[in-house]
Amino acid sequence: MTNFHIPEAELMSSGHLACQGCGGANAMRFALKALGEKTVMVMPACCWAVINGPFPHTAVTVPVFQTAFETAGSAASGIRAGLDMRGDTETTVLAWAGDGGTFDIGLQALSGAAERNENIIYACYDNEAYMNTGIQRSSATPVGAWTTTTPHPHPKSHPKKRILEIMAAHGVPYIATATIAYPDDMIAKFRKAKEMVGTKFIHVFAPCPTGWKSPPEMTIELSRLAVQSRLFPLLEVFDGRRYVVQKDIPHKPVSAYLEKQGRFRKLTEEQIAGIQKDVDSYWESLLEREGPGGPSS
Amino acid sequence: MKKVLEGNHAISWGVQASDVKVIAAYPITPQTQIVELLSEMCASGALPARYIKVESEHSAMAAVIGAAAAGARSFTATSSHGLLLMHEMLHWAVGARMPVVMANVNRAVGPPWNIWTDQNDSLSQRDTGWLQIYCESNQEVFDTTLHAYRIAEEVVLPVMLVLDAFFLSHTSEVVDVFRVEEGREYLPPFKPVDFLDPTRPKAFGNLTAPDLYYELRYKIDQDMRRALDVARQADEDFYRLYGRRYGLVEEYRTEDADTVLVTSGTVTSTARVVIDARRERGERIGLLKMRMLRPFPEEDVRRVLGRAQKIAVIDRNIGFSVGGIWAQEIKAALWPLRRHIPLFNFIAGIGGRDVTPGVIEEIVDIAGAVDQPERDVYWIGVKDDELSYTRS
Repeated sequence: MTNFHIPEAELMSSGHLACQGCGGANAMRFALKALGEKTVMVMPACCWAVINGPFPHTAVTVPVFQTAFETAGSAASGIRAGLDMRGDTETTVLAWAGDGGTFDIGLQALSGAAERNENIIYACYDNEAYMNTGIQRSSATPVGAWTTTTPHPHPKSHPKKRILEIMAAHGVPYIATATIAYPDDMIAKFRKAKEMVGTKFIHVFAPCPTGWKSPPEMTIELSRLAVQSRLFPLLEVFDGRRYVVQKDIPHKPVSAYLEKQGRFRKLTEEQIAGIQKDVDSYWESLLEREGPGGPSS
Repeated sequence: MKKVLEGNHAISWGVQASDVKVIAAYPITPQTQIVELLSEMCASGALPARYIKVESEHSAMAAVIGAAAAGARSFTATSSHGLLLMHEMLHWAVGARMPVVMANVNRAVGPPWNIWTDQNDSLSQRDTGWLQIYCESNQEVFDTTLHAYRIAEEVVLPVMLVLDAFFLSHTSEVVDVFRVEEGREYLPPFKPVDFLDPTRPKAFGNLTAPDLYYELRYKIDQDMRRALDVARQADEDFYRLYGRRYGLVEEYRTEDADTVLVTSGTVTSTARVVIDARRERGERIGLLKMRMLRPFPEEDVRRVLGRAQKIAVIDRNIGFSVGGIWAQEIKAALWPLRRHIPLFNFIAGIGGRDVTPGVIEEIVDIAGAVDQPERDVYWIGVKDDELSYTRS
């Protein structure tokens, strides 16, 4: 993308409560730049429930409705219905949830909203564990990662849940992955979602220096490495079937990403080779889904 | 306009007359007819509302809270396990100050599975901060639906209207109903105190420290107390327009009564029959019907029961090891009188067992036979009486 203009308006203030280098805080900034002021945000329990600041403060200049951990999908459905019945069909309803609230405890309500094809954007900023409570594993935690509930010598033994495929199985009109290392791409995807009707699911990769044991200044770099190593491919899925994978990105081995984080410090060469194998095979499966003649980004 | 309606459909009609804009609900026996008729009304356009067919009761409550936060009058209905699944969100509706209305059809809680009536589902939600109003007839169910919105929106707290499974939910009675046009004078369109408005961005429910949270709970308590007067006024205004009123409590033949039965729900209707028969025989007996659990009409209870020589509370519920929940509430309300009035607590009808006129005759006989209760709690009709609790 050339000559892409990132909106100058800041809908998120600097006075928030995020940790230094929080990927989730940066993600919010770009998401709001894309969606603009006509947005109502639904926020379940997650880091952002704290980041947004204590009452009577708020860190964003759109309305925020804090809701219970497992209810982002259902509360957003209700808000959408309420706004529609008041005659406001234009305002975007954005559910902004962490990986715990999406992959785990909120999956049922999200599935319900997706099955009903509620006209909302559901964004999951994924920092790959329960970071707000102090780094406990979620089903979004990758295999091999240390957390306080997967301590050495028993790191996470199961692979990360494939939320993309779960959402695709609902046949929702739009699914995308995004990271703050590619803000133009991220903003374009949120804008595309805003223009579409139905349930839009955007999976935002959100490095967490506190939980990943990585330097705060490395958040953008880790976001980029996750994409380049194909651990977190940038892609879009339309109607749950048509895959568009961004392939024109320099390819790096997973070790380049893993070695920069304390949470993977104890991984053996063998384990890293295993992760590389899984990533390669998943990448192949994505390309197969896209099909031979598939559109290039 | 008079119609023959089962209790569940009386609620659906009440929701239509209340100009509800968003409904979110999940099916559960014996509530399902409420939302079936509402979905028909939405589909036909008779009720211009959005019906969200959610995947659980927890989501139903989350969705109606969201709809109310967006400024729309909203409704849901449930029963038993559905209500219990909602529990977290019942607290949320109160803390978020969302004036949603819900119908709960009283159904016993499993295991073992049981679809019949008792009050443990709703009574166990006592301290969530919801107002609770118990109904005796299908007419009362229809009328209370409108009361509920009037009260909820004035005190900015949610209201649960409660009716017995099958004895009301599936029993047809003649109900005088009206449509939304006729309800408008009583219930004008919802004007939320605050709502999610992009032109006036605010955060709802952000982290609140001990220096402020405490006062927020104090305000809920104050508004809940205020709700007694609001409910009284809502009842009077309804009477002025439609000619029917219920009071916060109802006294039945309590003038000169030595013994006063205390009932709630459909047991009340059966008790009226027994009281009429006993009055024929010259017994000085009356009845206090409890309509509201929260806010608890303490003064009305003291006014009526303070004159009695004996009180017999019939509870279709059980607070294990302490007796019936209504009895606990009544005892607490009588405490400021500083006068001991013998109070007999009877447990009956749990799990939908019939509370027949014969059961109530037995209750009246037991209370009449002795000056003071000989047991903390009388479980009526326990098949092996050895199981019955005795005074220790």
